[in-house]
Amino acid sequence: MAPWSVFEFHMVGYRRTWRGSALSSFVLPLLTVLGFGVAVGAHVAGGVQGVPYLDWIVPGLVASTAMQTAIGVSTWPVLSRFEWMKTYSALAASPLRLADIVAGDFLYLLFRVLVSAGAFLIVAAAFGAVHSWWTPAALAVCALVGFAVGGPTTAYSAAVRSDSYLAILLRFAVLPMSLFSGVFFEVGALPAVLRWVAYALPLWHGVELSRAAMLGIAPHWPAAAHLAVLVSWVTAGIALTIRQFHRRLVY
Amino acid sequence: MSDPRPNVVRVSDESLVHARGLVKRFGDFAAVDGIDVDVRRGEAFGFLGPNGAGKSSTMRMVGCVSPPSAGVLRILGMDPARSGSRIRARLGVCPQVDNLDPELTVRENLTAYARFFGISRRVARQRAAELLDFVQLSDRASSRVEPLSGGMKRRLTIARSLVNEPEMVLLDEPTTGLDPQARHLVWERLFRLKQQGVTLVLTTHYMDEAEQLCDRLVVMDGGRIVAQGTPRELIERYSTREVVELRFPVPDQGAYGEKLAGVGERLEVLPDRILLYVADGDEAVAEVHRRSLGPSSALVRRSSLEDVFLHLTGRTLVD
Amino acid sequence: MVTLALPRLLLARDSARRAGSMVERNVAALRSAYWIVMVGGFLEPLLYLFSIGVGVGALIGDIRIPDGRVVGYAEFVAPAMLAASAMSGALSETTFNFFGKMKFMRLYDAVLATPVRPMEVAAGELIWAMARGTVYAAAFLVVMTLMDLTSWPRALAAFPATVFVGFAFGALGMALSTFMRGWQEFDLIAAVQFALFLFSGTFVPAQDYWPPLRMLVEITPLYRAVDLIRGICLTSFGAVQVVDLIYLCALFAGGLALAGRRMARLLLK
Repeated sequence: MAPWSVFEFHMVGYRRTWRGSALSSFVLPLLTVLGFGVAVGAHVAGGVQGVPYLDWIVPGLVASTAMQTAIGVSTWPVLSRFEWMKTYSALAASPLRLADIVAGDFLYLLFRVLVSAGAFLIVAAAFGAVHSWWTPAALAVCALVGFAVGGPTTAYSAAVRSDSYLAILLRFAVLPMSLFSGVFFEVGALPAVLRWVAYALPLWHGVELSRAAMLGIAPHWPAAAHLAVLVSWVTAGIALTIRQFHRRLVY
Repeated sequence: MSDPRPNVVRVSDESLVHARGLVKRFGDFAAVDGIDVDVRRGEAFGFLGPNGAGKSSTMRMVGCVSPPSAGVLRILGMDPARSGSRIRARLGVCPQVDNLDPELTVRENLTAYARFFGISRRVARQRAAELLDFVQLSDRASSRVEPLSGGMKRRLTIARSLVNEPEMVLLDEPTTGLDPQARHLVWERLFRLKQQGVTLVLTTHYMDEAEQLCDRLVVMDGGRIVAQGTPRELIERYSTREVVELRFPVPDQGAYGEKLAGVGERLEVLPDRILLYVADGDEAVAEVHRRSLGPSSALVRRSSLEDVFLHLTGRTLVD
Repeated sequence: MVTLALPRLLLARDSARRAGSMVERNVAALRSAYWIVMVGGFLEPLLYLFSIGVGVGALIGDIRIPDGRVVGYAEFVAPAMLAASAMSGALSETTFNFFGKMKFMRLYDAVLATPVRPMEVAAGELIWAMARGTVYAAAFLVVMTLMDLTSWPRALAAFPATVFVGFAFGALGMALSTFMRGWQEFDLIAAVQFALFLFSGTFVPAQDYWPPLRMLVEITPLYRAVDLIRGICLTSFGAVQVVDLIYLCALFAGGLALAGRRMARLLLK
């Protein structure tokens, strides 16, 4: 199958660099659990939503890790393959169709997101932060978050010509989203305007669903509504990516 | 050494580069293995040799960005180890690979560079304008560097090396990788500099470039100097007046080597052709035909530095 | 020979001038996208302050600091955010950007063919890196004071201290990047940086840590920087803060000297 050949192509690079990505997509979230969850948790008397603070933030961090990994895969590597390495031009010169290239990229995205979220979940279980038989469902949520974030970001990285724009994306979109999407404190504490921004972005929905799966507490919106928002981000991301790849490679 | 040099205006006896037993080692490998060189003010001096001969290492030592491993080196009468900064203030350097600043425009590449020499902003702007004019890039002044063609980048690098009005300009393979038209434009500009009395030191592996530009040159091979003199002296000493290039319609040219014995003073068998070194080319071609050897082509040309190099090292310059 | 006889002062002035020309090159390279990145750099610590200091702070309420006082969590966290942002600003400019200029743009090869010396390149690049950090520090201190997280006199005193923290980390970053071989290794720097950010008494007092961990933390540079800035902004400037200053001075001088020497080794082969 053609998309798998593209996936394999990405895996060749991954085998060379997996240590670095293991660091950023696995060790760093783990340090966050220890340095932030455990340390700050000790000062949060009474916990949040009826569970201890550490237990409460772990599902949020799992979703956040999925997002970070997706961002890592869909920013610099994509820009580099268009602008610097010209890898996509080389792929486009082969019998591969555009849809194969995009599908192969997304397979790789899925792989990376599942690896880092899965590893995180195993460690979280070892810390005793897993309290529900529904926890494996959190992996599916992570995959959705990965596509919801990684899809549009791939399109964005394919559209810009300089990596300054990637730095802008990280600072003005990714960082605020990761800090104000209910990972560290409930979005209810945000001013109304910012709360609506959080509602519109994908991460909060992933955090709510992940928390529901791992802690068994009901999400703020009906699960179907959270899913609907995530699915629309995924759909938009795929459409935008195909359009942008078409613009860059077929002319 | 009494060869008249009509093009050179002022050549003095003052040595701008003075090297004795100069060595550059990288670990166990000696890139430059004990060379003696003197470059006089006002002349155009060339280092000719194939890749890996030690030309660039020599140039970096002369440019005071690479400390010699052994030997004596004086640039502009000063010791690079102690006065590197002051020597560099009076040199212009055009490296082998263009290292222009991709974040700046064409003009800014000159003005910002001028500031490294402590040249005032006003003078820098003025000089940038003159130099852009000199290298025919005025209409691209506000463009970024990246979209420029190879020849344009080369010319800009040359302009940049002139921004401090240097006494001596070091050019490391100034035209390698350029198309013929771009090469001629660069040669023409360098020739003008030479006429203005600027001392030029250049490396090249093109014999036509060395013949065009150099008053005097050394031939380097394996880190050593194997011959030196004016282009004409070298040709006279190590080659004949004319060369006949013969090609035979068989895969192995070597088979014809013996059959050609005695035709010229000397012959070289190359994979694709045979070179005959002779005083009179037409006479030699006639002899080849008399022996009815039937070459598919026979070309008579004047001897060049390429032949000198082939004779000295048994190898061609451009591989 | 004449120049050698001139007073050292004159030579120092030449050096400063040449380091300045390196800064000028960077000013000339500024392009429109850069300004947006610059605003982003200011925003970053502010976002952390609001998310962790205010958002999580509401869950924590007040916190007891080592001198026995009880203060709002935002008051406790804000000086640490300032120190950490001085670190990350300085490191991003002196590792990632510096490495790119050295290895890929081959910018310094061209510069070193002029009278400018390696040490002057290092100093010029460091001054430039800090120009941005200085603006960030001032802006963040103004915000802190307006939010009543510190007082104006304390903020004034914290300003030069923060700039100094930036210089120390900038020198360290430059020295580190001369040892880098490829982009991969920057992941490692980023990871270490993030670990420092988490474990430098940033979010909770270092007394909370398991004692062996605490001892380890206390010898790391960000801990010293946080301790210094928090001392000035919130608690008091005592003997420990003098130790912080000496530590950071040593980091600055050592880092810059090492960077200059390594650059000479790498580029003047």
